[in-house]
Amino acid sequence: MNFDDTPQEAAFRAQAREWIAANAPKQYEDDLRKASLGRVQLKGANILEVAKAWQKKKADAGWAVPHWPKDYGGRGATPIERVIWQQEEGVFGKLGALFIIGQGMCGPTMMAFASEDQKRHFLPPLASGENVWCQLFSEPAGGSDVAGLRTRAEKDGDDWIINGQKIWTSGAHYSDYGILITRTDPTVPKHKGLTMFFLDMKSPGVEIKPIKQANGQSEFNEVYFTDVRIPDAQRLGAVGDGWNVSLTTLMNERMSIGANVATGFPELFEFANTLILDDGPAIDNAAVRSKLANWAVRASGLKYTSFRAISALSKGERPGPENSIGKLVAGSMIQDVATYAIDLQGAAGVMSGADDADAGGKFQAMLLRSPATRVEGGTDEILRNIIAERVLGLPGDIRVDKDVPFNKIPTKGRA
Amino acid sequence: MNFDFSDDQKQLRDEARKFLASKCPPKAVRQVLDGKALYDKELWKGLAEMGFIGVAIPEEFGGTGAGHLELCVVAEEMGRALAPVPFSSTVYLAAEALMLAGTEAQKQKWLPKIASGEAIGTLALFEGSGNPTPKSIKLVANNNTLDGTKKPVPDGEIADFAIVAARTASTGRDSDIALFIVDLMDGGVTRKALTSVDPSRNQAEITFKGAKAEPLGAAADGWSILSQVLDRAAVLVAFEQVGGSDRALEMGRDYALDRIAFGRQIGSFQAVKHMLADMYVSATLARSNCYYGAWALSTNASELPEAAASARISATQAFQHCSKNNIQVHGGMGFTWEFDCHMYYRRSNALALSLGSLSYWEDQLIERMRKKNAA
Amino acid sequence: MNFDDTPQEAEFRKVARAWIAANAPKHLEDELTNPKPGATRDGKLAESKAWQKKKAEGGWACLHWPKEYGGRGATPIERVIWQQEEGVYDKLSRPFAIGQGMCGPTVMAYASEALKQTYLPPLASGEKVWCQLFSEPAGGSDVAGLRTRAEKDGDDWIINGQKIWTSGAHYSDYGILITRTDPNVAKHKGLTMFFLDMKSEGVEVKPIKQANGMQEFNEVFFTNVRIPDSQRLGAVNDGWNVSLTTLMNERMSIGARVATGFPELFEFCSNLMLDDGVAIDNPDVRSKLASWAVKNSGLTYTSYRSISALSKGERPGPENSIGKLVSGMMMQDIATFAMDLQGAAGLLSGEDAAAGGEFQALLLSSPSMRIAGGTDEILRNIIAERVLGLPGDIRVDKNVPFNKIATKGR
Repeated sequence: MNFDDTPQEAAFRAQAREWIAANAPKQYEDDLRKASLGRVQLKGANILEVAKAWQKKKADAGWAVPHWPKDYGGRGATPIERVIWQQEEGVFGKLGALFIIGQGMCGPTMMAFASEDQKRHFLPPLASGENVWCQLFSEPAGGSDVAGLRTRAEKDGDDWIINGQKIWTSGAHYSDYGILITRTDPTVPKHKGLTMFFLDMKSPGVEIKPIKQANGQSEFNEVYFTDVRIPDAQRLGAVGDGWNVSLTTLMNERMSIGANVATGFPELFEFANTLILDDGPAIDNAAVRSKLANWAVRASGLKYTSFRAISALSKGERPGPENSIGKLVAGSMIQDVATYAIDLQGAAGVMSGADDADAGGKFQAMLLRSPATRVEGGTDEILRNIIAERVLGLPGDIRVDKDVPFNKIPTKGRA
Repeated sequence: MNFDFSDDQKQLRDEARKFLASKCPPKAVRQVLDGKALYDKELWKGLAEMGFIGVAIPEEFGGTGAGHLELCVVAEEMGRALAPVPFSSTVYLAAEALMLAGTEAQKQKWLPKIASGEAIGTLALFEGSGNPTPKSIKLVANNNTLDGTKKPVPDGEIADFAIVAARTASTGRDSDIALFIVDLMDGGVTRKALTSVDPSRNQAEITFKGAKAEPLGAAADGWSILSQVLDRAAVLVAFEQVGGSDRALEMGRDYALDRIAFGRQIGSFQAVKHMLADMYVSATLARSNCYYGAWALSTNASELPEAAASARISATQAFQHCSKNNIQVHGGMGFTWEFDCHMYYRRSNALALSLGSLSYWEDQLIERMRKKNAA
Repeated sequence: MNFDDTPQEAEFRKVARAWIAANAPKHLEDELTNPKPGATRDGKLAESKAWQKKKAEGGWACLHWPKEYGGRGATPIERVIWQQEEGVYDKLSRPFAIGQGMCGPTVMAYASEALKQTYLPPLASGEKVWCQLFSEPAGGSDVAGLRTRAEKDGDDWIINGQKIWTSGAHYSDYGILITRTDPNVAKHKGLTMFFLDMKSEGVEVKPIKQANGMQEFNEVFFTNVRIPDSQRLGAVNDGWNVSLTTLMNERMSIGARVATGFPELFEFCSNLMLDDGVAIDNPDVRSKLASWAVKNSGLTYTSYRSISALSKGERPGPENSIGKLVSGMMMQDIATFAMDLQGAAGLLSGEDAAAGGEFQALLLSSPSMRIAGGTDEILRNIIAERVLGLPGDIRVDKNVPFNKIATKGR
């Protein structure tokens, strides 16, 4: 048992480290370090431009999406090399947030289902950040129940005509392409009548509206489709097989091994370590210590769980299911941590923002953003189901809509 | 990165699991639980023969010399099987103290006997309610004789010798505390059985009246040695707790799959499956923290104090969580004596306190993190 | 808003208090107030029967029952006042709680007038003890999943099967028994309720040893037990509806103080010395105590709200259903924390432990609080469905003949 690289890993790490040292945009390092929970702000620069420039530079040197095949803009790196790259890229990895969905989910789906020509055409600019992709899955009527979606695609000659609405689409407003799941047959059970496409987001009939979130920010969009035409050549997978295609996408969503999940603990520890309460430093207070200790072991538990997964990768094994707990643990924890940090601030804790609140308003921002963490990419409840079913082997829930034609499934909870 | 046990270590774990499954089924645990024996002598003998007791004891002292990572995987299996033997007191506490601080002669005298199963050892530290602090030690040492009372002493009724924490001065410094070895078969020692929430493990009160004792380590270093012993034991007990957590989770999972209510497997109800998913989360966090503890223990890393406290807290919480909700998943049957659930519940709550309270370790963890942060 | 009695209530309280002062078995007060941890009153049935008899003679037994059946015809609020005044002596009535609280109301609702006249007064006066034979190994939370068979034979029914978790079966004279009379119809539809003499031939009672070592419940085995059809309660195959009367009464214990363990913990922390002073001065202890304190007071005042509704002659709302759910988990957590405060010595129990081992005993008994009389999960379902109006779980066994329902998970 050790934390050491193998000789090959060490060589790869040295190479990566050297390149990053020579090429990373160091002027933004500080701002990136301070960014917590997706709030990246770069002084005097447009984050989109900085991010695209960094991605392009990486691509030119062969460091963009290292685990992709070389033909498609990657480096053909092994899973463990990918993790090592992430570790070395460190805070600069935050600049990649913009491309995560495209490279992490759309790309793998294209790779599995698009034609060779399409792959050679679309994947390299996705890898190099020239093109940004988004994922058009969630709908008002289908959240946790993704397959409950209602956006229609109807065949018209060699095209499909799309009508409907998607929601919670990250980055739709700056995306060039998107992968889109639609219902092509509402008369068969819900998982069976779906079909996947990719489309140009600039197509006529696509309209994007930002969603104002509970915390006042806008990270997501609603996307409306009115008679949008997509050529049949842009279909991914067979007609009616969209559910299976989407599983490829979603599987990749949960495969982010080695990525550090934000728990809020390091921030809280630092805060408690400097805060002075009536009776002395907060960190000397027995109640504070007890709470800190409980979160400390959860944070370290997650960290070493991901180390176990990395070790499996390093040995060329498939990581076990342990990694699935990350978001479940971190989501509710960050909410609790934020609440407690604010409590430690007393009445002044009601203030928010960088100027008025303690710790630059970090915990207030965390508090307001954290409910979404427990919902997006799989709610806590869905994650518990996944653990119970896929890891522990418990039976699935009873599905009343399983063999029912989609257009016969009730759409209203009560009259 | 190779943050995992080696194939050999995993094979050792499988061997230990197989051995315990055959020699330590729940009905063997019940023999001790029901008061029919103070510990399982046959099992103890078998563990010695298999080399499990001496797995971390160097070959020159009669062990197999494998190491602490090997001891961790054995510990996990001991916890899983609820082995009713003085393993933790003898191996994690007494043997570790001897290996850390014993003279060549002391090691020669006791370690081979430990490895062969001839001698049971323990640590006599606690003196009633309270946490392990220098202040809590009242038992006095005078010219290598001891006077005072220790309680609870794990396996105190069956131990052949004890490492005893004693006070040699009252300056208020850690150096007031020294460690001694006492042969409990000698005079000046009286033992009294104590009842506990987990009768499958022995607990006793030991009173020393002019008992002859031999110093262990330098007199002024007693507390520092003790702290190291407790950190090492914390990691090892944590592995027992993780083994117990996993077994309790499996029992709950199996019951949820077998039991039908309202025409369905009860494991198909979200209220039940989410309860089990949360148990899995606790057990996984604890296991990962324990691996870190194992690494720190096996490499004697400077991170050991922090790693040990993390493993201890995480594993304590996981075992308590899993054992109590295992009963809940079983419903009324889980509350019968006949079902094994309560044995895990009892053990989880006893282990939670056996090295000092959860609050104590929480306090220690933050203190250690703060020190590291300041450094 | 106030906590005062109305004039009538005050008058009733005065009478009750005077009678209790003159008649209660004061020599038992100490033992009842400070019972030894883990001790039962098993084998002290005579003391309970004596107090119950005295109450019956004074007209204070089952006081909300009609007079002709041994009660006093008291109002619901008077019943609560009586409970408050009876105080610790109420513990003597535990052997009768199931008989008077559940069997009695069922007999009252479904038995003939003659049977009521015969059986209810001795049940009220404690001469006869009743038990309830509902739960089975195969039917815990799913009560209607029961398998004990009743088959018609002339004017009798022949019973074969097994019940479990029967409190007081070993000292009960009578019991109410739910059986399956038709396994070919859906599970709720083939049940029939009876009452029977527990001394009937073929009834065998075996105590269950619990996880905490105590024995408070029994298994009851029925082998060709004969029950005359005249002891049937309700129509044949209407047993489920009859049982609802019984179970409804189980959860209607308003005004009864729910044990949470908080007062005990507070007292313990007020006296316990830690390394750095009295436990209650420690911020961590305070923070935890405060969280439990407000749960405890929340339960107390929730029950006051129910009492106020009763006092106004209203039906209390559903709030009271949270009591057991909150207190069950809380007791378990409190026990764990109190033991933690004792350090390594916290793992000791009985006389060897601090506070006479009361928290260790609580730790070992508390898991049952989260299960008996409805598991936490069932209680959450009840709150979600009956209080919040959420839909029930999907019932795959609803319209399936009982003998076609799966019995094995895998």
